[in-house]
This record gives sequence, structure tokens and C-alpha cells, in this order.
Amino acid sequence: MENFEPKIVAFLCNWCSYAGADLAGTSRIQYAPNVRAIRVMCSGRVSPTFILKAFSMGADGVLIGSCHFGDCHYIGGNYKAARRIALLKKMLRQLGIKEEQLWLEQVSAAEGSLFAQVINDMTAKLKELGPLAPSAPPQPAFEEDQR
Amino acid sequence: MGEARIGVFVCHCGTNIGASVDVPQVVEYVKGLPNVVHVERNLFTCSEEGVSAIKKAIAGYNLNRVVVASCTPTTHEPLFRAACEEAGLNKYLFEFVNIREQCSWVHMRQPEEATEKAKDLIRMGIAKASLLEPLEEVKVQVTPSALVIGGGVVGMNAALNLAEQGFEVQLVEKENQLGGILLYVHKLFTTDEEASKIIEPLVQRVKNHSQIKTYLSTKVKSVSGFIGDFEATLDQNGRESHVKVGTIIVAIGAEELKPAGQYGYGKLPNVMTQLELEQRMKRGELDGQNVVMINCVGARVPERTYCSGFCCMTAVKNATLIKQNSPEARVWVLHRDLMAYGVEFENYYRKSMEQGVRFIRYGLEKPPEVIGNGKAEKVKVWHHLMGREIELPADMVVLTTPLVPRVDNEAISKILKVPLSEQGFFLEAHLKLRPVEFATDGIYICGSARWPTDIANGISQAYAASSKAAIPMRTGYVKPEAITALVDEDRCSGCGTCELLCPFKAIELQSRNGKRVSHVAEAICKGCGTCGAACPSGAITMNHFRDVEILAQIEALFS
Repeated sequence: MENFEPKIVAFLCNWCSYAGADLAGTSRIQYAPNVRAIRVMCSGRVSPTFILKAFSMGADGVLIGSCHFGDCHYIGGNYKAARRIALLKKMLRQLGIKEEQLWLEQVSAAEGSLFAQVINDMTAKLKELGPLAPSAPPQPAFEEDQR
Repeated sequence: MGEARIGVFVCHCGTNIGASVDVPQVVEYVKGLPNVVHVERNLFTCSEEGVSAIKKAIAGYNLNRVVVASCTPTTHEPLFRAACEEAGLNKYLFEFVNIREQCSWVHMRQPEEATEKAKDLIRMGIAKASLLEPLEEVKVQVTPSALVIGGGVVGMNAALNLAEQGFEVQLVEKENQLGGILLYVHKLFTTDEEASKIIEPLVQRVKNHSQIKTYLSTKVKSVSGFIGDFEATLDQNGRESHVKVGTIIVAIGAEELKPAGQYGYGKLPNVMTQLELEQRMKRGELDGQNVVMINCVGARVPERTYCSGFCCMTAVKNATLIKQNSPEARVWVLHRDLMAYGVEFENYYRKSMEQGVRFIRYGLEKPPEVIGNGKAEKVKVWHHLMGREIELPADMVVLTTPLVPRVDNEAISKILKVPLSEQGFFLEAHLKLRPVEFATDGIYICGSARWPTDIANGISQAYAASSKAAIPMRTGYVKPEAITALVDEDRCSGCGTCELLCPFKAIELQSRNGKRVSHVAEAICKGCGTCGAACPSGAITMNHFRDVEILAQIEALFS
């Protein structure tokens, strides 16, 4: 497990997170090479299908990078993303995927160092969790269901 | 389209990419990927040589898709798209892969990992490219008329700049006279001219211009439409009217913070803001010889972190004017940092010191204290250099406060569907590269509505915004990006989820052969794709970011 290098698929919104990732680059901030970004125009574009697809293909973690609330280029796409992700997390539990494997982070175009930090933190967390085991026992969607 | 024939161009970007990504190795690898018929590497793909190599390869290898792996799309996507178009390839058949900002520059000490990552990213880009489809941009006519919201110095300059180019301007001011905040200002830094000398002739020019129609005591009630064809409903004291315009400029300014409860403001009659001082100076009503100004009141504090920029100069100006008016007066400016950037401001500040204005620095940990019974009598402040507290006599205490967003900002942001920043000011499309326009086409921003600004800067922005607005009005038409949503009417169940979600009201349900289906107005759609992610019937295709394209990227990563 020591050599486990998690694979992260990141859906980054064009205007904030993608630009934040670019800024990390122009600022030469070094971070873990575990992430592969897919550019979308808005975090609101990220259909739960894409996230499930990434996990089913072998991603150990999925990151959705959005704008900060109030800063969305499309007014409120990030709110829509936040609501979808919250719901999807409940569903992922039932599939045996841990909440910590799906991250929604708000990174502005001015936050290059935050982007790098998010990738480093996420990589470290996923290393701790170990590879996504497809056979992990399913969990009930809601905590209260465990009663 | 037939079989995808993809050409891939991998850029060294000098050593920017080449130093950490093994480009020759990547090129060898890419050669073996499906649908790739040509791969080459360029020292700089964005150079004339690189661009002509793309054009040559499109013809020579009969390419129908192009992938460039280099920097971020923000830099050169328009350049490479244009190269494709010049070679006869629809520009939406181009795909950009970012292996510089998001690869070589962030993994400079891990060349192996960077090389592997570049391979993955290019493989993903190729997978998407092979599914890309050509898109046609619709041509939208532009009405050669502009709506300018705000009749202050900035709005009036924007209006005049357009009117003088021959465009019709509808100028809307919510107060019953033109002039904005400058009506209340006494004199201007750094020229010490009276504000009225600037504003009065400007108002006259606006009033006399046949191309400008001014609406006083008027608010914008609603706006529909899109670039080239907006319709605004104006509310003039309850009377509604409609105007049709091609572009909109927001120039509603900002307002001075009234620091209720701070330093006795609102309780002690001789504690006032700079703007209130200016009104007294205008009327020639200055009493007392001892004036203490406190800067950064309500600015650069945890609840309002920004610097309003010009207020230090306002304090310097008013302090100096008081000294000039009565040389025996004693004036202290208590400041945290003093923003006197550039040649003009620094000289102005120096002159102020020469004339005897005293500057004392304070820190937030030991802020000044206003003392007095019924009125301010003295100000206590910790003097950093002396290392002790000192007491200053005060006949007047003037608080230098920042400009804050107008209460109307929120309403206007909703009406125009343009964003506000965290602070509540209007948020431009890009802080550096698109400073006077919104992401929404045809709507522009200038002056303190965007960020507190002084007059010179505000006027520059007014010229910039109005010049930007003139471009589509002069051209007569626009071609918005073809990255829009498309509804498959056969699959659409008419549930209306997309209509509810669309932030731009680009989607409406329409009747088709007795069935309700969703319809996207292409010219309004901004291509965010929220509708596509939510459609329960999978009836919405988000062009250029289609489900199949994104899923192919994911599959390619793990293949």
C-alpha cells in the first residue's frame, strides 16, 4: 500500500477552478502529479453520470472544482453543483464509495496556491484511504438508516 | 464527418514544457493512439512557424480534427482555432490540451510523472477530439443604441463617447438630476479644481446632445433579450416605458460608508465623514482650528477587507485645503498605510507635508480614541515612533471611509443576470484581461460600481467600456460562441426542469404538435450546461461538452 498512487479525476469549471489551476502553474507552485483535469464550462455541467463513470472506470477520487458562492460566471451553477454533490454522496455510500473520495472545492481564479493545496490534501487523504475497492461493503444512504 | 483523422501538435514551449516533459517520448507514444494520423512537435506551436505547420498538416494529411498540447486555452485557443478556420476546418473541431500550466510547470522536479501525465492528458484530448462536431455560429443583428445606467461622471462620459460616435444613448439616472456623487464633492485632487467646474459643463453637454435621451428619477425595472436586442423596461416615478438597445453599460457608482457608531459618528455633531466635510467646505462652514482625520474607518478590517484606493488622497486633499484656507489651523491625518502611488499622488502628498499637515500612523491593535462630552474634544492615538500615547485637540474629527456597493447593486445584478463579487461590487469577466465587460455579451461595467475608483480612472474605464460597446454596434452583428445547449424534441418530455434551472432564461417551453417541449434561444444561452446535467430524459446536448465527449475523456484516462 506504501506505493499506492491514487488517481484523481478533476472536473474544473472554466472560469474559476481551471483558471486557479492555471495560476498555480504560472506561479510554479508544485503539487502532487495525481490529478487529471477535465475542463467544463461550469461546475453545474458536471452530471452525476460523469462522477459515477469515473469511479466505475477506476478513479480513486473525484474532484469538482467550482467558483466560490456568489462568484459563478453563470450566476449560480455552483449552487446547483453543490446540491447535486450533496445528494450524490448519499448515493455513493450505498455503492461502497466513501464520502471522502468525492470532493467539491471552491477555488477562484486568484487562488493558485489553494488549488495546489487541495490537490495535495486530497492525494494525501486518498493514500490514507487506500485504493477504491469495488467490493467495499455498501453503506446505507443516510446515517439515520443505520439505526 | 466520416472517420476522425486527427493531427496532434505537441509544443516544447522552449524549455517551459520540454524541460520537465519528455516531448519526443510523448510524440512517439501519441503516434500509436487511435485516429491519430499525424503527430509533430514544435519548439513553439504558437509561433508563425507552428501555426503554418498546423495549416499545412490539415491540407497535407487531410486532417479533420486538430489537437494542440501546449499551454492553457486562455492564451492561444483563438489563435489555433483561427488557424483551423483558415485551413478550411471548422474551429470547433479543435481541442486544446494543457500540458504547461497544469503539468510541466507544476511538476518541475518530477519529469517522469509529468511525462506520464502529459500522455494521459493528450490521450484524453484525442478521445474528445475524435467525437467533436462542427458547430455553426448564428448571426445576431445589433441595434445601434445603448442603455447607460447611471448619470454620474462615469456614466455621462460613457454616454457622450457613444453619442459622439453616432450611436443613440438612453441614459438612466435614479436621482432627479445628473451628476452623481461629484455633486457633493468640493474640490478634486490633485488639481484642486472645484468639482462643479467639471460636472456642470459635462451635464450641459449631455443635455444638449441630440443623440442622448436622459431619463431622470428613473430606475431600470427589467431587462430581457440578449446582445444586439435587449429590451429594457424603465420606471420613471411609476410611469413605465420600454427601450430597445443593443448594448448596456452599468455605471451606477458606489456610495460612501456612513460608519454608524464608530468614533462617535452619529452621536457627536463634530464627527463627520470626508464627504460631509466637503459639503461644509463648499458652503464655507468650517469651524475650529484643530482637525483630526482618521483614515481607513471601516476599510481594511476583517468585515470589509478591501482598500478603497483613493480615500487617502481625499484625506490629503482636504487636510491641505484646510491648511491653505487658514495656515494657523492644525491638521492631523491618522492613517494605517498611505496610498499615494504614482508621480502625481506622491508629489501631492509631499506638498501636503510641506504645508504642515501632520501624518501619524496607527495600527488596528491600538486604534485612535475620540474623547468628548456632547461633542468630540480630543483624539488619543498611540504614536508608533514615539512609542507612547499622545492626545490631539479636536474641533472636528473627520472619518475617511471607503466607498461601499450601492444597495441597488443586488437588484441590477439580478435584472441583468450579471454577477457581484463577494464584497458586493460588480464582477467583471476577467480581472486582468476583460476588465470592463461582463461575461454576458453586450453588457459592460465601468467606474466605482466595479471597484472604488477615482475620477481619472473612472473616466478611462468609461471610455474603455463605451469603446467596447461600440464594437458590436459598429459591426452591426455578433456571432456568439456556438457552445450552446440543444434540445432533442423527440426525447424531451416537457418537464420544464431545464427552464427552471437556466440562469439566463434562455430556455422556454414551447408547443410542438400538441406537445410541450423545451426550446433553447441560442443567442441567450451562455453554454454553462446546467440544463444538460439535469435533464432526466437525456434530451439536452451541451454542444462541445457533450456527454459522450466527456465520458470518452474519462474512458480514455483509464484505458
